[in-house]
Amino acid sequence: MNEQVKVKELDSVVIRFSGDSGDGMQLVGNIFSNLAAILGNEISTFPDYPAEMRAPQGSLAGVSGFQVHLGASKVLTPGDKADVLVAMNPAALKVNKNFLKPQCVVIIDEDSFTENDLKKALFQTNDPFQELDLKNVQVISVPITSMTKAGLESYGLDNKSAVRCKNMFALGLICWLFNRPIDSVTPFLKKKFSKKETIMQANIKALTDGYNFGANTHATVTTYHIETNEHPKKGFYTDINGNTATAYGLIAAAEKSGLPLFLGSYPITPATDILHELAKRKDLGVKTVQCEDEISGICTAIGASFAGNLAATSTSGPGLALKGEAIGLAVMAEIPLVIVDVQRGGPSTGLPTKTEQSDLMQALYGRNGESPVVVIAATTPTNCFDAAYWSSKLAVEHMTPVILLTDGFIANGSSTWRIPDLNVYPSITPPFVPDSIKDIWKPYLRNEDTKVRYWAVPGREGFEHRIGGLEKDYTTGVISTDPLNHQIMTDTRQEKIDKIADFIPELKVEGSVDSDILVVGWGGTYGHLSSAVNSMNASGKKIAHVHFEFINPLPKNTHEVLSQYKKIIVCELNLGQFAGYLRMKYPEIRIDQYNKVQGQPFMVSELIDRFTKLMEEK
Amino acid sequence: MNSQYTAKDFKNEQQIKWCPGCGDFAVLNCLHKAMSEIGVAPADTAVISGIGCSSRLPYYMGTYGFHTIHGRGSAIATGVKVANPALSVWQITGDGDCLAIGGNHFIHAVRRNIDINIVLLNNKIYGLTKGQYSPTTERGYVTKSSPYGTIEDPFNPAELAFGARANFFARTIDVDLPSTTECMIAAAAHKGTAVIEVLQNCVIFTDGIHKYYSDKENRADRTIYLRQGEKMIFGKESNKGLVLQGLDLKAVTIGEDGYTIDDILTHDATLHDPTLHCKLAAMEGPELPLALGIIRNVEGINYDQAVVDQIHRVQANTQIKTFADLMMSGNVWEVK
Repeated sequence: MNEQVKVKELDSVVIRFSGDSGDGMQLVGNIFSNLAAILGNEISTFPDYPAEMRAPQGSLAGVSGFQVHLGASKVLTPGDKADVLVAMNPAALKVNKNFLKPQCVVIIDEDSFTENDLKKALFQTNDPFQELDLKNVQVISVPITSMTKAGLESYGLDNKSAVRCKNMFALGLICWLFNRPIDSVTPFLKKKFSKKETIMQANIKALTDGYNFGANTHATVTTYHIETNEHPKKGFYTDINGNTATAYGLIAAAEKSGLPLFLGSYPITPATDILHELAKRKDLGVKTVQCEDEISGICTAIGASFAGNLAATSTSGPGLALKGEAIGLAVMAEIPLVIVDVQRGGPSTGLPTKTEQSDLMQALYGRNGESPVVVIAATTPTNCFDAAYWSSKLAVEHMTPVILLTDGFIANGSSTWRIPDLNVYPSITPPFVPDSIKDIWKPYLRNEDTKVRYWAVPGREGFEHRIGGLEKDYTTGVISTDPLNHQIMTDTRQEKIDKIADFIPELKVEGSVDSDILVVGWGGTYGHLSSAVNSMNASGKKIAHVHFEFINPLPKNTHEVLSQYKKIIVCELNLGQFAGYLRMKYPEIRIDQYNKVQGQPFMVSELIDRFTKLMEEK
Repeated sequence: MNSQYTAKDFKNEQQIKWCPGCGDFAVLNCLHKAMSEIGVAPADTAVISGIGCSSRLPYYMGTYGFHTIHGRGSAIATGVKVANPALSVWQITGDGDCLAIGGNHFIHAVRRNIDINIVLLNNKIYGLTKGQYSPTTERGYVTKSSPYGTIEDPFNPAELAFGARANFFARTIDVDLPSTTECMIAAAAHKGTAVIEVLQNCVIFTDGIHKYYSDKENRADRTIYLRQGEKMIFGKESNKGLVLQGLDLKAVTIGEDGYTIDDILTHDATLHDPTLHCKLAAMEGPELPLALGIIRNVEGINYDQAVVDQIHRVQANTQIKTFADLMMSGNVWEVK
């Protein structure tokens, strides 16, 4: 251990809070990242929590973690490895041993590192650091539990309630370590515990005690000063996670289109927060129905769309599987619908709280019949807003279901967000059937340029009509089993989706555009791929990166971009679904792939290793 | 009822493709007639269905209509009504569509008390798939998928609806057009989910399945048409009635065994306690008459109205009126 107090100036740092799932690590992680963002840091966060509400206390399965990466300039990922780990018990230390930087600071609660605690985490000896081969870490061992309790003696709390404040003691320590004023924390606690005055006071006391403990004992480790971003774009900022951004994107699109917003949904990890957020928005007139199942989630949305609302349903992979037949109905009926799939580890129940990109093929093709839909993938937590906005815009203007793919990583991760000005967002114009064509109008009469049928919403006199899942005649809109008509309708539905390529942005290559190697990604891996590419370019290894947000249809310049590079490597958190999709579309282009299916995001370091190897290959 | 509409306003020119003699024709005619009397414009009426013979019905309406997917009619109708409570929303369904594949959506629509009218055409068979037993087929009945007879007991749709806390339940027979029309009109007037079970004949697979009750000859003796506030009297001679004996209903003859008209129960569909309604709906021959008419009709809070009320309550007490307001309401800081 170092013997001097020193302040380390850094441009970015990664902190991981880790403990039992009941230890309140998500809360302190959230508060600390909010605080950092308010003080002018860029942040990127990554909650990593177990599927069980409460696994056995102290067990490896019960470890819940929250990682935050804060820095002066654009922080694109929550970071590969931690500079500082808060380990509330031995299990938390063990689970995170591979995610620590050399020389990292580890804060432990020594009250929960007894022999019994060590056994619960399956340690063989009484020296966990030795056993895990963690030689160079700087350990701050603090009796967090007992000091928290001691500090709260006069508060009249029962033992359990007092012990629960230990996460705030730990947060106090972290605030000291990072030179963060704890005054800025109290508003969060006041809000969180607004109805429990004593608990609020106790939490503030524990926080203060933790901070003072660090300051007074001059714990002999590095403390940090993080540069703040001195030249951010002017405007109002907040920090936001992907699920909230998705909900906001839908709200913004509803306001912009003039349509009421409806969400039909069934709770499912990790998508449920979208339902939570929209259920709160009665103030903006949002209607949500928590349905009896996933099928009802989408079917109520289909009903709402038929009735003229901007309708959405939110789910994760298993729910998308259940919604398949109904998505086909929306394809056939040609009504607007946004289906949000927050991808998680699969198949089946899989890894509900972990991230993956393995629903791509399901989104593209997981239905009976020729059933094309628009597929969009959000790239970052804040991009979820734009992606949800675009999904709504394309759904409404092109009368089609749109599947928006996000994932557990960007849905729960958060970053700093400059609040958007809706005035600069493109308009959303529902293709309502004009009264002027009442006499010639039929349910499937289309705009011949876009192949979009006109929308006649119930309540309008003179446009009463019947639609449904049966094939309809191209001209009259009545049921038809005519062979040629089915061919025409199938082709038309496909053409309608293909034509959307004219309405979406083209690809933009980042990094060294003129290099030989192109890194290709889609969706939530943007931050990691971008960081790896930036880092390589900074060290003189020229490499380009292109990232897909629009999957179906693909941007118009896709082939042009791909054909300019000698080596293309498609990186994704599955076994190669997008790589396979691109090969099907462009069989003449040679594509390498890099895949990972561990329920975890990429690490920037592994990407750099792989790309460097690719560069060296002949 | 005064209405500016005629049945014709609710029809369209589509060729109807049910089998000649199908009971669905009668139900369709009743619906046209009922709607003309209800007085809601065709443009403000939406008819939703799932899959099955009966679910083709929306194609034969002059209203807005949506023929959806198997079993999901209740969920889709729920979405339509919640999205636009001003619409009069009807769901047309069958015993397979509603009670097998759509059972979950049906009970939850009923439980939520969405203001939709569910017309359940019960012919105790899967017709469109050519004759398999359904959830209302009697035990032992031989069908293509039960060549040795079914080995399961059927649902009584009323019991299922009451189990889901239905506030409105009526039962009619397809051949009794005035009663079916009357029940449809009452269903439309009821705020909340209204279930109308129509005993409907399939001329191909279960021809005569309801004959025991529907036969004109015996209908008066084997069924009882319940009317609000009236004595529960039935029979060709109108001399039979229902009394309560212990916890059970019993059919008696007035003037025999010491029973007088005063002993006969009076029908009250508005009783909050559904016990007697359950008893009535469960009656079957030969001991008891089959109950027809509006068995239960109780007021309750309907979901779609509650959604609107909640929105109004929240909106009356908030500063957040627009997306921009929402954005500025959280943890926001300014960079100047």
